[in-house]
Amino acid sequence: MRTVRTLTAALLAATAALAVAGTASADTPSASPSPSPSPSPSASGEGGPAPTEAGTSFRTAAAFRPGQQATAAASTGDYLYWVLPIDARQRVTVKAKVTLPEASARHGASTWRLDVYDGLRRRQACTYGTQTVAAAANAVAADLSCTLRTVRANAEPWANDPLPGSYYVRLTVIGAPEEDLGLPVRAAVEAEVKEAGGAHAVDGALAAPLVPATVTSALREPEDGWAGGWWSDRWIWTAAGGVLGAAAGLFGYSLTRGSGRPHRVPPGA
Amino acid sequence: MITSKRLAAGACGLLAALVVGLFPASATAADGPAAKEPPKVDLVLDVSGSMRATDIDGQSRMAAAKQAFNEVIDAVPDEVRLGIRTLGATYPGDDKAQGCKDTKQLYPVGPLNRTEAKTAVATLAPTGWTPIGPALLAAAQDLEGGDATKRIVLITDGEDTCAPLDPCEVARDIAAKGIHLVIDTLGLVPDAKTRAQLTCIAEATGGTYTSVQHTAELSGRVKQLVDRAADPVVNPVATEGAKQCEGAPQLKPGLYSDRESFGEHRWYRVDVLPGQELRASVSIAADRAVNRDYGVLLRATTVHGREIVRGSEAGDGRTDVLSTGLRYPKAEADGADGDAKPAAETVCVQVSNSFSAPASVKTAPGMPVELTIEVVDGPDEASDAASFGLGRGWWLLAVLVVFGLLAGLVWGWISRWRVSVWRTN
Repeated sequence: MRTVRTLTAALLAATAALAVAGTASADTPSASPSPSPSPSPSASGEGGPAPTEAGTSFRTAAAFRPGQQATAAASTGDYLYWVLPIDARQRVTVKAKVTLPEASARHGASTWRLDVYDGLRRRQACTYGTQTVAAAANAVAADLSCTLRTVRANAEPWANDPLPGSYYVRLTVIGAPEEDLGLPVRAAVEAEVKEAGGAHAVDGALAAPLVPATVTSALREPEDGWAGGWWSDRWIWTAAGGVLGAAAGLFGYSLTRGSGRPHRVPPGA
Repeated sequence: MITSKRLAAGACGLLAALVVGLFPASATAADGPAAKEPPKVDLVLDVSGSMRATDIDGQSRMAAAKQAFNEVIDAVPDEVRLGIRTLGATYPGDDKAQGCKDTKQLYPVGPLNRTEAKTAVATLAPTGWTPIGPALLAAAQDLEGGDATKRIVLITDGEDTCAPLDPCEVARDIAAKGIHLVIDTLGLVPDAKTRAQLTCIAEATGGTYTSVQHTAELSGRVKQLVDRAADPVVNPVATEGAKQCEGAPQLKPGLYSDRESFGEHRWYRVDVLPGQELRASVSIAADRAVNRDYGVLLRATTVHGREIVRGSEAGDGRTDVLSTGLRYPKAEADGADGDAKPAAETVCVQVSNSFSAPASVKTAPGMPVELTIEVVDGPDEASDAASFGLGRGWWLLAVLVVFGLLAGLVWGWISRWRVSVWRTN
């Protein structure tokens, strides 16, 4: 009887622990710093609404947060800069949409490019996504995207790994007929963040995120601040492992020890 | 007693760390002057004879420009000091020497009286030549003085008619003065030559070029550019790097600008204390026509020339800047016992580039370099175990369960054995 009870308890504990660990490790965007990962231009959490202008250099980059949609009106040929904060263990996908000038005003195909730079202005590789797209002469819009590597809390100084801090997005045309330079375009940029969880935990952390002094906007840091760096779902996994181990220990003990006193011991001995 | 002291010290340390962590920019705030001075904008309008052409929404270019100016004057943010300068507004004759001096300040740069400004604009009639170069020089003088953000918005419908003074060279020289001046250009129904010239002017100063076909586009864009001048921005401090580390300027954390010619090396020095981290990034702007492939290298070396760390970047095709950066966390000094203040290490920072240009392109002044230097606390000591050595995954759970089970079995067996031993005795 006691064996059965112990077993049931152990099983219950195990399921509970795993359920917790499972949800924490699942790659759900719901854990992103913004409550709504869907584009919402009016998402104006603490720090202000998304910008409706873009900067034209690293210094003047317009700040927005993942989950917001930044828009801008510009001329073909402008270099448009935005900056957004990305924290450790986040995997960000930057998406841009360029609404091209009227086809009747254009003289041919154009090629657009999306580049992402980290807080040290180092170019960051896109692991996938259409970073460069050629828009046909009659296209209405061009869509670009870039998924960065997962941001690490710390890296060797000699490595180019993405670190927590500001990330610059640069959008520009890299090839267009001369006659088309200067024509009006509209651009919209948004970023989606996935929490990668403890799978990408590393030891150590930067004393301060890579936020350049030139980024002065209130949107320079994530909505809930920079992560302290100590929490990860590894605590849940390890704790669940401990509970399961203890339960297995109890079960093993009850198997060999038997239930209660040995049968052969007479009462009162 | 000792414990409480330690606790207090720990709390103070924690507080200090928090303050540093929360305000990483505080160290550099003193060097990055927040543009408190009102930004200045000079609108430079072409009033040459060609502005009579009626090809913008059925009205003349001049009428479109006037309408746009009225809208812009109404919408100028209060803090912006706006001025208006004309070119080709007064001399109708054929004498080139005369015509090429024809640029006039229509409304001085200063607090804006909207009625006066509008009245002044209303008097304009398309007249003379297109002296863009002299007008830009004069506009730069209008804006002179102070540390404010400065912007020239040039609106023209034709190329410069006053060769040999190339307005593009003029623009580059103005930018090289390091007065944070940007020139944005707008071409009214531009032809190929005008477009090339205006693009070149914009490129040389980090500005933008817009081609205008409709009145609404014109007023919208000029408004946008004037608003942009009002955006707060951190302006760099001009510096001049040396040819070698010895005698190079000593930089404090902050934002710096410099000029570097093709293939030139520039050196700077930064002091880093043990336990601090140096963060440097550099952008070199391609402000003229350059060859297709290019690169930039940022290197931190010791005073003896040993390379510590580098950042490099290469690219090709159309670009405004090419940038890279580096981090150098200097390790804590070993065995230093608080009392003796640890000596700072002088790190030499070298900026070099592999830009090149066709022979027809002038190499002086050099390309604009923007250098940011930050010194923050070093990162936490990292060990090989991630996340305090915590584990994750199904294998971890399986191992813990198997060994828990084995331990339970053995323990149960031992206790059973002990009971039987106790019974026998």
